[in-house]
Amino acid sequence: MNDFPKITPMGERGILIEFEPEISEKLLRKLLFYKDKLEEFYDEVNIEVINTYNSLLISYMFSIENVYNEVSAIKELFGEAKIGKINNQQIFHLPVCYEVEFGWDLEYISNEKNLSKEEIIQLHTKPFYTVFFTGFLPGFLYLGGLDKKLQISRRNQPRMKIEKGAVGIGENQTGIYPKSSPGGWQILGNCPVQFFDKNNDPPCEISAGDKVKFYSVSKKEFEEISEQISEGTFQLKKENYEG
Amino acid sequence: MKAEIEILHPGLFSTIQDFGRRGFQKYGVPLSGVMDRIALKTANLILQNQADAAVMEITQMGPKLKFSAATKIAISGANLSPKLNDTEIDNNEVVKIHEGDILSFGRPEYGMRSYLAILDGFKTEKVLGSRSWYEDITSHEKLEKGMKLQYEASEEEKYETHAAIKFDEEYLNSQEIEVFPGPEYEKLPETLKSHLRQSKFSIDKNNNRMAIQLSEILENELEPIITGPVLPGTIQLTPGGKLIVLMRDCQTTGGYPRVLQLSEKGINMMAQKKAGDKIRFKSPPTPKGGEALS
Repeated sequence: MNDFPKITPMGERGILIEFEPEISEKLLRKLLFYKDKLEEFYDEVNIEVINTYNSLLISYMFSIENVYNEVSAIKELFGEAKIGKINNQQIFHLPVCYEVEFGWDLEYISNEKNLSKEEIIQLHTKPFYTVFFTGFLPGFLYLGGLDKKLQISRRNQPRMKIEKGAVGIGENQTGIYPKSSPGGWQILGNCPVQFFDKNNDPPCEISAGDKVKFYSVSKKEFEEISEQISEGTFQLKKENYEG
Repeated sequence: MKAEIEILHPGLFSTIQDFGRRGFQKYGVPLSGVMDRIALKTANLILQNQADAAVMEITQMGPKLKFSAATKIAISGANLSPKLNDTEIDNNEVVKIHEGDILSFGRPEYGMRSYLAILDGFKTEKVLGSRSWYEDITSHEKLEKGMKLQYEASEEEKYETHAAIKFDEEYLNSQEIEVFPGPEYEKLPETLKSHLRQSKFSIDKNNNRMAIQLSEILENELEPIITGPVLPGTIQLTPGGKLIVLMRDCQTTGGYPRVLQLSEKGINMMAQKKAGDKIRFKSPPTPKGGEALS
């Protein structure tokens, strides 16, 4: 028997459900399956469930009356589970311009890792990255699946300002800064696509369980796409994904 | 009749807030909302507003506001010496406003954040289900000079002159902050646990709506965790040994060990602490299913 999931209150309005401390697609499937179950079981008006790599957090609108009742209800809900596939998975193809103008650290990575710029781009655009969750900032996607050859430590001195859309890597993660912010990742390029629009419903089209694949575009294409985005005519390339 | 408040002087940092933005944490959107919910509820209750009507949250140095038409207001939370025209007014009372009146604030008497409620609430834009201001989500981030805020003017007597409600100021001044153990509390060595239970901590000058740092440095040998969920009231221990108390505008996930979690009342209490104030952590007397700090 293992001790997971571990179900504990987090303050008076939260219950944290922790699974094995690992990052894997198998665990993600389990989390998303249970997340659906919880949302089905509870009235969604009164709770909100988020997932991270290995946790689910149920946050309640009101203080929890009886934690023991809640915990046993959750346990029961998890007992009867047969984990299925992730529903409605999609692959999103995202353009990235890897020109030096955007790829501030390409040369550094190239020297550190003994890879040519072309090899870096090839390694970065090859995988189907898994979206584990959106967190930290509105529209920041936690992506898994970075090639080992590209894994590199964060900068010793974080930059004060990283541009919106900057695509970076840090340790085993890769991702896109959804807005200008300070940051310590090594920057490879820029992706002009907006991941979060408060006027859309939902405000973020890409969600946990989806896949992301980057493709390289020239500066000219980057500018064309940026213009289409500002005019609202850009079509994000996406297709269904059978997991 | 439409009326407006003109911001003559913005003060230090004032925003419009309600209970916050729910349902969007999965997109990485902070909950936001008033830092001190007790004060919001009190101010709205005095005016017989809806419980979650939007209020102005005023931090330490108040703004100077000019009203274009009659209404009623109530102020709760911190006492920042409010004045209507040239007369001092009290917190936790209905105050009648006439056309052209100017509301200003003076010396902070106690507390950190004051709440200004207006009859029927502020009618600023609602984004993703809330009027709470947050950078990049709403059009405004804080009050600016010359800005105008809409409200519904009201001449009529909605109710008889109202007695001031009894307001328990104890939470504004108490140093005892209720906490539950956080998800990583059990991983702390005994010495650190007892340090957390017994020591006083001071509020650092590094504090805002997102987080409040405590000044003391602890010895920390905990490993960072796999990025996990955090909430307002989560207290993280950084690799450098600092305690960071996450507040209403906090990010939705984080990678530092979550050693403590404030009670709901504890979050409201922390919201009223200013740089240099001292606090002490304690377990709630009858934990609602939460374990006591051991």
